This record gives sequence, structure tokens and C-alpha cells, in this order.
Amino acid sequence: MHEMGIANSVLHAVRIEMTRYPEKYPCKVCVRIGEMTAIDQDALRFCFEAMIQDTDLVTLELAVEFCPRRHRCQSCSHEFLVHDYDSRCPQCLSFETKCISGDELELAYLEVEEYGPSTVGAKSTERE
Amino acid sequence: MDRVPLERKVLNENDRLAAELRARFKEHGVLCLNIISSPGSGKTTLLERTLASLPRHDRVAVLTGDIQTKNDANRLKRFNFPVKQITTGGTCHLDARMVDKHLADWKLEDLDLLFIENVGNLVCPSSYDLGEAAKIVVLSVTEGEDKPLKYPSIFFKSDLLILSKIDLLPYVPFDMNAAAENARKVHPGMEIVKVSCQTGNGLHEWMTWLESRRTANKPLAEATVS
Repeated sequence: MHEMGIANSVLHAVRIEMTRYPEKYPCKVCVRIGEMTAIDQDALRFCFEAMIQDTDLVTLELAVEFCPRRHRCQSCSHEFLVHDYDSRCPQCLSFETKCISGDELELAYLEVEEYGPSTVGAKSTERE
Repeated sequence: MDRVPLERKVLNENDRLAAELRARFKEHGVLCLNIISSPGSGKTTLLERTLASLPRHDRVAVLTGDIQTKNDANRLKRFNFPVKQITTGGTCHLDARMVDKHLADWKLEDLDLLFIENVGNLVCPSSYDLGEAAKIVVLSVTEGEDKPLKYPSIFFKSDLLILSKIDLLPYVPFDMNAAAENARKVHPGMEIVKVSCQTGNGLHEWMTWLESRRTANKPLAEATVS
């Protein structure tokens, strides 16, 4: 159950990034999660929701971009998705293939919005 | 609405600290190995047997992690090498900050080899880089040969698989070949060593692996002199 730590790191990164946009608030943060990272998406969402409760980030949405395991063949350079752990190249049948994706645990992007009359969220309420 | 690209690791802070640790290990020629398994697979027993067979003057230290108690450190201290317990208090894995903190009063220049025994857990430790040169995963024969398929992440990220408790093979339905095949499905080319810490079977292969890593880790100049 390290999803709490992951959620905490995501929120920490959002707060740091937001210091660059004092006139805006964050609406959505997108995290890239690879198949091989052992991160449970539901558990991550659960932790994320729990951690933003009663904070100024309560309206922040979490988006997850799932990255399946992909390999590149060392012999013929073919790139393919690995199903059921079968990492053999489907094109030339070589076993010499290298993992090129599936190990991601990255922050992809953050969506920010100007504070305005229609803004919902703790921070905007303070301003009104 | 503006979209700001972030494009960095989620565990940026841990990874930054781990990179610092890795650089320090490299500077002082310390081989750091992060040992991971389920609880009860025999990490501490393997370390006991390892420390017992190393010469007394060897420059070896151990950090051992658990949620509670100093039991493992007490077991490992009997071999007179520096040993420190990291008690996480509930956290199910070690992170780079804990390692950094517990290394504070050791001089890395006095060490060649640092074992980190992670908290018993096959999932969470796989996400946290500790600055190690390699992760080692231990799987005991009482756990079932499909563990690599059920918990692929740690097998994917470990350089070496140690199949432990092989003295129990006559009593448990564990298919050694299937276990090796499953591990290599997840991690093609994974190195595998089979050991029994009770009979000593396979310990020689483990020590040979360790020695080859230690030799490879020595700075080039030193290796040429010796």
C-alpha cells in the first residue's frame, strides 16, 4: 500500500508547480502509470481523493494514462506490445528484445484555469 | 484552460536522493545491494550465512528494515560487522531518505559492500530506488512457483533471483523449472541462484555471484593493481 505515498508526491508536485501560476488554480493532474510498476489505480484514486478532502485542492481531478509493456526487437527493431509475458518478437521470433515502455511513474501534465466568477473551489471561495 | 507539461517522475524527490546516494556509493567504491522478498522468505538468514562466511576484516555493512522491532539487527550484529536497524513504524518499504538518514554516521570510505534488507513485501519496495547497484529478489520454495507472474514488478526490476529453502523441496509441491521459467518470462535473461541456508547448498554460487559483482564494482585502477 504505497499508493498513499505516491498520491502525496503527486499533490506535492502540483503545489510546487502552482507557485508558478499564482493567478490560476489546478483542475486536473495527469499521471502516467506503467503496467510493470505495481501501482493499483483504484487504490491511488482512493488515496488521492482522501488526501484532497477539506483542502484547497478538493476540486482537483486525477487522470491516469496507462502505459502497457512494450518491447523493441534488438534484431529487426520491431516494436510490439507484450501479452502474457511473451516478450519474443512476433515478427522475427528473436528472444533478444528490450523493454521500452511499461515502467513509467511520471507526471504527464497539469491543467490550470484562471480564477473567475464561475470558479468552484476552496481558494476561489476565499477570494469572493 | 491551459495545459502545462510536467514530464517528470512522480517520485522525483526520492529519485533525486537515490541518485545522490548512488553517486556517493560510486565515489567511494561501495557496492550497494537492495534485497527484497515477501516476509519470511529468508532474507535475514541468507545475510547471516553470508556475513558468517566473509572474512572478519571485510568492509561490509548492513541496513535492515522492518516495520517494528530490532530483531533482525540483533541477529546480524553477532557477526561483528556494522549493522543498523531501520524501523519504519508502519511504512511497507524503505525509501532513499531513510537510507540516507541511517548512513549518516558511517564513513562510506570504510566500506566496500552495503546490504540493504528491505521490509518484507513484494510490491511496494519495487517503486523506491535506494541508490543500489542492483536489486535482488528472494523467493522461497514454500511460496509457489507462480509468484513471478503474480508480482511481476519486482522480478522485472531485480538482477538476481535467489530461490531459497531448497532443502524443503521434498516436502512441498514446488516446480523449480516452472519458477525459473516464470521469472524469465517476466525478466528475460534473469540470473537465478538456488540456495539452502540450512544445508549450505548453493551458497557457493551466491557467494560467487557476489564476488563477481564486487570485483566489477572496484575502480579500474584498483583492479589493475590487485
